[in-house]
Amino acid sequence: MVESLRLRDGTRELPRWREGLRAYGLIAGMWVRSSMTYRASFVITVVGNLLVTGLDFATILLMFSRVDSLGGWSLPEVAFLYGLSATAFGISDLVLGSMDVLGTRIRDGSFDTLLVRPAPVLAQIGADHFALRRLGRITQGGLVLGYALVAVDVNWTVGKLLLVPVMLVCGAAIFGALFVAGAAFQIVAQDAAEVQNAFTYGGNTLLSYPPVVFGKDFVRGVTFMLPLAFVNWVPASYVLGRPYPLDLPPGAEFASPLVALVCCALAGLAWRAGLKSYRSTGS
Amino acid sequence: MDEHFIQLDRVEKVFDVRKKTGFMKRERRQVRAVDSISFAVARGEMVGYIGPNGAGKSTTIKMLTGILTPSGGRLRVAGIDPSRERTRLAHRIGVVFGQRTTLWWDLPLIDSYKLMHRMYRIPDARYAENLARCVELLELGALLDVPVRQLSLGQRMRGDIAAALLHDPEVLYLDEPTIGLDVISKAKVREFLRELNAERGTTVLLTTHDLQDIEQLCSRVMVIDHGRLMYDGPLTGLHEAGESERTLVVDLERELPPIEVPDARTVRVEGPRQWLTFPASASAAPLVARIAAEYPMVDLSVREPDIEAVIAKMYAEQAEKAVS
Repeated sequence: MVESLRLRDGTRELPRWREGLRAYGLIAGMWVRSSMTYRASFVITVVGNLLVTGLDFATILLMFSRVDSLGGWSLPEVAFLYGLSATAFGISDLVLGSMDVLGTRIRDGSFDTLLVRPAPVLAQIGADHFALRRLGRITQGGLVLGYALVAVDVNWTVGKLLLVPVMLVCGAAIFGALFVAGAAFQIVAQDAAEVQNAFTYGGNTLLSYPPVVFGKDFVRGVTFMLPLAFVNWVPASYVLGRPYPLDLPPGAEFASPLVALVCCALAGLAWRAGLKSYRSTGS
Repeated sequence: MDEHFIQLDRVEKVFDVRKKTGFMKRERRQVRAVDSISFAVARGEMVGYIGPNGAGKSTTIKMLTGILTPSGGRLRVAGIDPSRERTRLAHRIGVVFGQRTTLWWDLPLIDSYKLMHRMYRIPDARYAENLARCVELLELGALLDVPVRQLSLGQRMRGDIAAALLHDPEVLYLDEPTIGLDVISKAKVREFLRELNAERGTTVLLTTHDLQDIEQLCSRVMVIDHGRLMYDGPLTGLHEAGESERTLVVDLERELPPIEVPDARTVRVEGPRQWLTFPASASAAPLVARIAAEYPMVDLSVREPDIEAVIAKMYAEQAEKAVS
């Protein structure tokens, strides 16, 4: 009798990261299927998301209806910044955007239920309430980026052209690292969701404007401390042939992958430390 | 080793509690939530784990499931150290938290089950069989397509229990499984747990405030208070440990002065009715015979001790010992 209880499908456990991806896929898939039950409602929320997030760009358009340039940057150039940041942020928001509920889940105790399931917690919390409506932000970001690519006055080289997808991937990774680090912080300070949002959503808005409109100390902080500048400012300045307001080491314009990698590693360590502190102190 | 399926050896859990004592001032204090607890549970046992609020029950369960890491001591469940191999252990245990759900709140019940099916890699046939069984015994048929947030507390609890059992766990932890349930729901849940234990040999460890849960389900009880194990043994022994008393209620023909017999004392007189207490370990028969011989008795009844009172008494005695 007891023997039958041990029945499993016999497969060995996968490495942790694959186990995580698998769990992420399962949970996200469930949410997608559930949102597709009401197709009309799904379409409406996607369009709504597209319009609401598009308001950010409408603000920029409104500004350019009064002025011809912003700190010397033309509308297509600002659109280039905006498109890169919005798309990169949209991707990480789609993948990890639900992480800001973590503090609430710790407070109400439902975080415990994630720990008794046979899947990495990060994957479970990341995929929770996975919402395809967030494609709206990516879509509008992509549209603005498309317009910018056509409209900017740049001598495109292969290198510059390749830098565009690299910026998107690295930007998404840097924002993703912020989401994860913010979540780790929420384990310690459970009311910190707004702090996290200030860095993620706030960072995205910030990067929609040229670096020259901000104070130098501020740009320094965003470049060296919290390296959001590597999402678009630094590499985009290179692509557009605009001087960066700070002196940077040579090759900085191609450093985004390295910066993204370091950010992800640090965020991973922060997450592990956060989880560990939770498991030894309890809720 | 099968006979020590769950094994705790001087397990401790110390929390750092920071208390605000003034503006910007904080006092650090250590709280021993679990203080050197040792016990072993054999495969197939059904054990009740009781104690007042804040005694350390939930902390113990959290350590057994790997949610919390012990501060000291040795802890093994099915040979696994829970906090080190949390996900590996997760395949072999089921957990039901009475006050929070493991189900996906906004989705229909069946979606949660389908996800469990894949996440736990339950073989299809096994999943179908277990689901059918749970649906039948826990009467979930009409609820499967209802979003979890729309279920009543009792329905949700049954849904949660099913979710915890789809992957054939070897041990089931239940933290307050009947809290807030009505009488019928409680009876259903208890009946199901009894069958599960009898038919599948699933080891069950449950914490509860409801002593009827223990009386109806568990042959073994552990009492914990202030993080220490105060009693571990059969339910009947708990009465002796607490030196509990039974009560004999005697109806006499008329009002009389308090009855005087050896081995019992009259604690209350109300008209012709009198209440006598005597040790729970003693037999009521000789006492009844004696009273019947000496007094004009009309009717009588024997009241069993209330476990709650027994435990309260045990605490009081411990506290007295601590003071003296």
